[in-house]
Amino acid sequence: MSPWWQAHSALHPDGAQLSLIMDRLWSPMFAAAVAIFALVAGALGWALLRRRAAAEAPDDPALERGMRWTVSLATACTVAVLLVLLGLDISVSRATSAAPGRDALRVVVTGHQWWWEIRYGDTTSQRGVATANEIHVPVGRTVVLELRSTDVIHSVWPISLSAKMDEIPGKTNSMWLRADRPGVFRGQCAEYCGHQHAQMGFLVVAETAGSFERWLQAQREAAAPPADDLARHGQQVFLSTCALCHAVAGTPASGRAGPDLTHLAGRATIAAGTLPNTRGNLAGWILDPQAIKPGAYMPPSQLAPPDLHAVVAYLETLR
Amino acid sequence: MARCVLLLGVAGVLLGCQDNPPARPVPGGDPAAGKQLLAERGCGSCHTIPGVSGANGLVGPPLDHFARRTYIAGEVINNADFLVRWIEVPQAIEPGTAMPNLGVTEGQARSMAAYLYTLH
Repeated sequence: MSPWWQAHSALHPDGAQLSLIMDRLWSPMFAAAVAIFALVAGALGWALLRRRAAAEAPDDPALERGMRWTVSLATACTVAVLLVLLGLDISVSRATSAAPGRDALRVVVTGHQWWWEIRYGDTTSQRGVATANEIHVPVGRTVVLELRSTDVIHSVWPISLSAKMDEIPGKTNSMWLRADRPGVFRGQCAEYCGHQHAQMGFLVVAETAGSFERWLQAQREAAAPPADDLARHGQQVFLSTCALCHAVAGTPASGRAGPDLTHLAGRATIAAGTLPNTRGNLAGWILDPQAIKPGAYMPPSQLAPPDLHAVVAYLETLR
Repeated sequence: MARCVLLLGVAGVLLGCQDNPPARPVPGGDPAAGKQLLAERGCGSCHTIPGVSGANGLVGPPLDHFARRTYIAGEVINNADFLVRWIEVPQAIEPGTAMPNLGVTEGQARSMAAYLYTLH
């Protein structure tokens, strides 16, 4: 576990795109800024300490020539530094916006107030994969995110993996990232998008190619039918209470207003990175989401205690 | 003079009232670990619990002053044995309760109870 000041830091890259930006743009700019600050502070100190030559000989032509040279040299250095930084900026921008290779994995990330819909393309005749708030990626492979929005402008920021990119209604943007090591990396909406902008997080789960493929295959499966009476009762409660907004593949539940819950129990968080996915949080969130995320579009549910236990038990079967 | 004595007496009674009742010991319970568990298990999604980050739920009753409450769930006396059992298996204390069984071990329940008993 890294210390908190390194966790999810844009200054400690875990991915190829951010490494490139840090190594080729941020570090040189930082070094240049430090050097220029030191030079300017040094010159200021020298000017404060030296004798006031000008006051003693105001019309000395040699002094006038010296000042002209100094100002010209400083201007030329400033222009040169800015041109070098502009060159770095253009070259890094070209590298980060270059078209990724043909083997890149494509993932559609659609912003909603205030959660992320994640879809993996249907490249075969099999069902496409729909999940939410968790982007699984294979380590070392370039992943292209196709960015859309259904309501307002959001911005996808996988903090330690790549730069941020806006999601704009009516337009498809794209960005790429490549995780260098397995791990779970925090992401965040980076464009103010309304009441619960701050609680619009997501996770990037980077895993080995093999375990990623197993995950993707499992996500393609429909939900297994409930095996015991409690979960069967929970499914009935779900279908009568939740199904207009939430989908569970393999059941009549096909709502698209909220996240697809086909494999909810396999996700680490609920409510877009707001709470750990535990039984207690699930129950509290179902009953009173407005206390946890005021303004969220999920309404409170008044469930009788046996119905609450049943629906939570059913959701826990959705692995 | 008599008035002074009276005032001192009243002040003494008031101060006496403000004294915290003695902490209720929970054998084997670690309040710090319990506080952590209350946050991790999501108790705060339903309960407001002073000192626990994010615990501002309104679904169930607030747990402030828990050490001074007389009953648990309106069913049993508020003592360590009942509280540990209530956290472990709520249905055993109050069949039909909406409070879910969170699958905590007895040891974890002891720590959670120990933290709740720090709330005077």
